[in-house]
Amino acid sequence: MMRRFRLNDAPKRNRKTYGDFMMLIIIGILAAFSFVPLLMSVNMSLKPINELFYYPPRIFAEHPTFDNFRMLFNLMKTTWVPFERYAFNTVFTAVITTAGHVLLASMAAYPMAKLKIPLMKLFNTLILMSLMFVAAINDIANYLTISSFGWLNTYWAVIIPNMGSALGLFIMKNFMTTIPDTLIESARIDGCSEGGIYWKIVMPMSKPAWLTVVILMFQQIWSQNNSQYVYDEQLKTLPYALTQITSGGMVRIGAAQAVGVLMLIVPAAIFMFNQTRIINTMAYSGIKE
Amino acid sequence: MKEPNKFQRNWALIKKYKTAYALMAPFMIIFLTFTVLPVFISIALSFTRYSVLQAPVFIGFANYRNLFVNDEVFSFAVKNTVIFALVTGPIGYALSFFASWAINDLNKYLKGILTFIFYVPTISGTVYTIWGIIFSGDMYGFINSSLMRFGIITEPIQWFTTDKYVLMLIIAVQLWMSMGTGFLAMRAGASTVDVQYYEAAAIDGVKNRLQEVFYITIPLMAPHLMTAAVLQITAMFANTAVSMNLAGFPSTNYSGHLIMTHMLDYSVYRVERGYACTIAVLLFIFMITINRLVLRGLRKVGG
Repeated sequence: MMRRFRLNDAPKRNRKTYGDFMMLIIIGILAAFSFVPLLMSVNMSLKPINELFYYPPRIFAEHPTFDNFRMLFNLMKTTWVPFERYAFNTVFTAVITTAGHVLLASMAAYPMAKLKIPLMKLFNTLILMSLMFVAAINDIANYLTISSFGWLNTYWAVIIPNMGSALGLFIMKNFMTTIPDTLIESARIDGCSEGGIYWKIVMPMSKPAWLTVVILMFQQIWSQNNSQYVYDEQLKTLPYALTQITSGGMVRIGAAQAVGVLMLIVPAAIFMFNQTRIINTMAYSGIKE
Repeated sequence: MKEPNKFQRNWALIKKYKTAYALMAPFMIIFLTFTVLPVFISIALSFTRYSVLQAPVFIGFANYRNLFVNDEVFSFAVKNTVIFALVTGPIGYALSFFASWAINDLNKYLKGILTFIFYVPTISGTVYTIWGIIFSGDMYGFINSSLMRFGIITEPIQWFTTDKYVLMLIIAVQLWMSMGTGFLAMRAGASTVDVQYYEAAAIDGVKNRLQEVFYITIPLMAPHLMTAAVLQITAMFANTAVSMNLAGFPSTNYSGHLIMTHMLDYSVYRVERGYACTIAVLLFIFMITINRLVLRGLRKVGG
């Protein structure tokens, strides 16, 4: 039997063809709304300087060049802190925060997901509540706390608070509730400690969840500007340095878009290659009460 | 022998599972210190005058009185935030739902590409500044030049500095960036609905797509819809960069001023942190209330 290529994979239900068609059109418009600005940004970053000021402006670069990127790299050489240092700061902060967060949050997620012991209900409520408000409203108070710990102007000011972020815990905890109780119970009967259950059973089984959390956390830290808690130029991160050097007026609008494109490549590529895993994990992220 | 009371029973459990508590301790200490404790510190500071250089001075409800009675700019911020939230919230949520539901039936390549396209703006860092170029106030802006070529306007419109356009544009850019982790949760939720339910429903007399959505998709997706609502509402309020970098800070006649930017104004620029904490406390109450109401509504949907 011949199989025709179909846009629609789902088995036929009570659906009209014109309905399918309408849906495709609406989704197409939405996708264009989402995609065109990105396309424009990429093209802006590829335009040579004279094309940036064409009238009327064009979406596509006629003679795409890497001039803007070259300009950016030249500008980076002129900063008195070597560019590699900013890059190191970003990667270092992102890697340590992500690793610490996944380890600590998964350690906390297992008891919250699987054990019916005192305080778990309270913690669950607190975690859910904390997802409901913007972390930025805590900045003033956290500045006090961080300075009293003597962490101002160190990497820790960004690393430690982010390790306790609630979303990662929430995602892993929800995933872990699907691990069968009988499995954990039999390990316990075989003499496995709670720590052993966590490390030998829960962690291997919730691999998709913690890989997803790794990606989400990395994305978040990657674009985070740490200048709020860090004053030394040597400790600042890429987003700060790049926006700083491209804020110099009209001529640099191409370079400014190049910054956006450069910073987007890493998280976008990571997301692209892990999309299925992330979506599969998010399937367990529902709030059930 | 006396029956152990609740406290003794709990204490026994805690002792028995002390390794479990030890596992939780590092995360919980950080979480409580940097997420729960600051809420209480903010409440305490909201009753003080505090400018970082000097120790906080207790001034009772003066900050609250000033905020509600004397601060005209705050009333702008509240008005703008309410409009912003009422438009961005429901529309962004509906768009996310529609997108996640509509692409669920497509083949896996289209599904992957479209999910990527919708999600990428939320992780795009500074790429949103392209909107400043699209709506640039001179004739080189994409919108201005098109409108002028078609003779709709004769001179460029100052999009981001004209009162009546600013909030609208901020809302548009926010909608562009609204399909984040919440969207992923919905997208996952839509894919968990078993096709058999649709087939069974078709036999039971569900006639069209609309009935399918209301009787099957939404109730079965309810847990994900709740998660997505919480994540989207929070993300919506968190995004101050769009308003501050595109419309300027402060924006013309405070036309793009939101409660969040008002708070940043007092905490970062004016360094009146007691007052900023007052705004933070109100924002806290505001956000928790909205989320609770939305969750209560969605819980009914889930049956």
